[in-house]
Amino acid sequence: MSISMQLPDYLVERDPNRCIKCKVCVNQCANEVHSWDEDIDSVIAAEEKCVNCHRCVTYCPTRALKIRRNPTEYKENSYWNARTIRGIDRQAEGGGVLLTGMGTDRPIPIYWDRLFLNASQVTNPSIDPLREPMEIKTYLGSKPDNVIIKDGKLIKELPPQLVLDAPIMFGALSFGAISLSAVKSLAKAATDCGIMWNTGEGGLHRDAYEYSKNCIVQVASGRFGVDAEYLNAGAAIEIKIGQGAKPGIGGHLPGEKVGEEVSRTRMIPIGSDAISPAPHHDIYSIEDLRQLIYALKEATRYTKPVSVKVSAVHNVAAIASGIVRAGADIVAIDGVRGGTGAAPLRTRDSVGIPAELALASVDSRLRQEGIRNQASLVIAGGIRNSSDVVKAIALGADACYIGTAALITMGCRMCQTCYTGKCNWGICTQDPKLVKRLNPEIGAQRLANLIHAWSHEIKELLGGMGINALESLRGNRLMLRGVGLSETEYRILGILPAGE
Amino acid sequence: MTMTIDAKGVYYKELNHNLRNHLDKGVEEIIVQNVNGQRYIGDGVTGSQRLILEGTPGNDMAAFMDGLEIVVKGNGQDGTGNTMNQGRIIVHGHTGDTTGYGMRGGEIFVRDYVGYRVGIHMKEYMEKIPAIIIGGTAGDFLGEYMAGGIVLVLGLGLREGEDIVGDYCGTGMHGGVMYVRGQIPEFNLGKEVKIVEMTDKDKALVRGYVERYVAYFGGNVKSILSKPFSKLIPYNKRPYGNMYTAW
Repeated sequence: MSISMQLPDYLVERDPNRCIKCKVCVNQCANEVHSWDEDIDSVIAAEEKCVNCHRCVTYCPTRALKIRRNPTEYKENSYWNARTIRGIDRQAEGGGVLLTGMGTDRPIPIYWDRLFLNASQVTNPSIDPLREPMEIKTYLGSKPDNVIIKDGKLIKELPPQLVLDAPIMFGALSFGAISLSAVKSLAKAATDCGIMWNTGEGGLHRDAYEYSKNCIVQVASGRFGVDAEYLNAGAAIEIKIGQGAKPGIGGHLPGEKVGEEVSRTRMIPIGSDAISPAPHHDIYSIEDLRQLIYALKEATRYTKPVSVKVSAVHNVAAIASGIVRAGADIVAIDGVRGGTGAAPLRTRDSVGIPAELALASVDSRLRQEGIRNQASLVIAGGIRNSSDVVKAIALGADACYIGTAALITMGCRMCQTCYTGKCNWGICTQDPKLVKRLNPEIGAQRLANLIHAWSHEIKELLGGMGINALESLRGNRLMLRGVGLSETEYRILGILPAGE
Repeated sequence: MTMTIDAKGVYYKELNHNLRNHLDKGVEEIIVQNVNGQRYIGDGVTGSQRLILEGTPGNDMAAFMDGLEIVVKGNGQDGTGNTMNQGRIIVHGHTGDTTGYGMRGGEIFVRDYVGYRVGIHMKEYMEKIPAIIIGGTAGDFLGEYMAGGIVLVLGLGLREGEDIVGDYCGTGMHGGVMYVRGQIPEFNLGKEVKIVEMTDKDKALVRGYVERYVAYFGGNVKSILSKPFSKLIPYNKRPYGNMYTAW
């Protein structure tokens, strides 16, 4: 066997003056980086296994550990750089499709950071949310063309709506990809905050049914865990066509993560791969999509909004128009930065378009066609903070999904190895020993803190603009200005350059 | 209590609304006459009652269905028994593509042939094992991505030179079992399945389904069973387990 030409990505530095040989690092690392060497009476590190997840660093009681990027340089080359060489080396040795986790880490232009929000000065008063009412309640679902009110009562029945206390929801993270502790954290936080969580395509675990009132249940091509009880349990149903991390390809939960509980919830054999192919084989057209939307509506007696989630791709505006016309109540669009538990690297990094451009173009298209009211628009794929949310709403979104931000809240350090099932933080694993590390009560509390903090910030930003209801900001692109964009980008985003 | 409904010219929404209302009230059996293309009949309905559909129901009949028995005196269309959870469908005719898509439990008996991608994504868990019994032939991609369940193809009335199953039979299969009466040429099989010997247990299982097929549609059990069956199972539970290299 030839020697591996791959260098370790990280170096583990252990300060011998600080290390008290307590072996916490040995016990904490599921990747088996640290081990105890009897002969030399100290801890040693297999650095090639390190993924830089910070578990050992965080738990080391004497702060004796540092993880550094391997400083070894290749000969300088701006084209054949270290990352490129690494990819080739790995495939030369492994011979497979390069697999990674989380959203892309490539330097894709971040339009959020080129957008700036307005504020009131002199000509209209800003509003202080600490002292004045500020409405950020959000209703997702189809809105009628008109309402008829008689004697103060609504005559025409409204289509079913999802009610959110903030325009934020937890995006689809399936049980199987993430642990039951992580599911419970998200579910409890969503319930406590009056927002929604999303099952992803892994079904609804028995223990999560108590949080189903605040849950969007997903139906994907593999139809895992989908039955009448599941469909009726959720507050809404989402048909998953695609996800931003891997547009055009399906899901593939590796058998390592399919233990007894996942097997039961998904109804597949223990240890088998959970395969969701790219297409739903009953959907090859907009007409077929309509068929599934209405099959779901019939099955739930028209009591729940049906969402359709697609990846942001080149002709997403036309696709969204088709989805609305097919009868969806909510269209969810997941941009190129969307996360995942596992995706082929080349797909994750090169397929799809940024959420910001997709959102603006979909909102514009639906308005032009006069059908914007027929469905709500949810945007996903890299929402990092409350100002991203506010900018998304000004661009035309009704609400945002957050996935990666929620994972980070639960302790994720973005090591991007979710697919190994060895998540040291107990989030993206099914190993009972690791799952225990995430306490759902604490996870839920941290998530609730995040949502409350963002809600408050959203109110502050709104108040600064002199707006006291989020509804007045929806698609209000006059509240945005851009910096350093091309004319084409200004046109697509539908905004003016700063100064104009 | 049995009742009869005339579906002639009734839009699917109204028809299904009425059917659900009657079932909710506990009607034991509903005969629906002049069914002609109405979609979504029986979708998501929980119960143990019986629908007899005279005519041809539309797509996605019995999708997400949870316990009913539906007898179709006519043909079924695409998506019959789509993601069905429990219950029984008996079709006195043929059915279309993706019959039994993602089926989780219950049974579908089809007297004649079925379309493409039948039994795709069928699943099973412990004693909950769905089954599709096909009297005639099946189209391409039969049992694709099957993770569990039973598919039985009898190929009755097979014409000279006619294939009992189409191409790519069992592609991506990683659980469950298929029984096909007679021989299947290798080129019809997906890469992920192999043919193995029938055990006594398999033979008893097939006999049971054939007896019931004959009870529903007629025929001769002995003559059907006189031809040997091929048993198809996946090579392993992880057909794509070795496809990846960690980045």
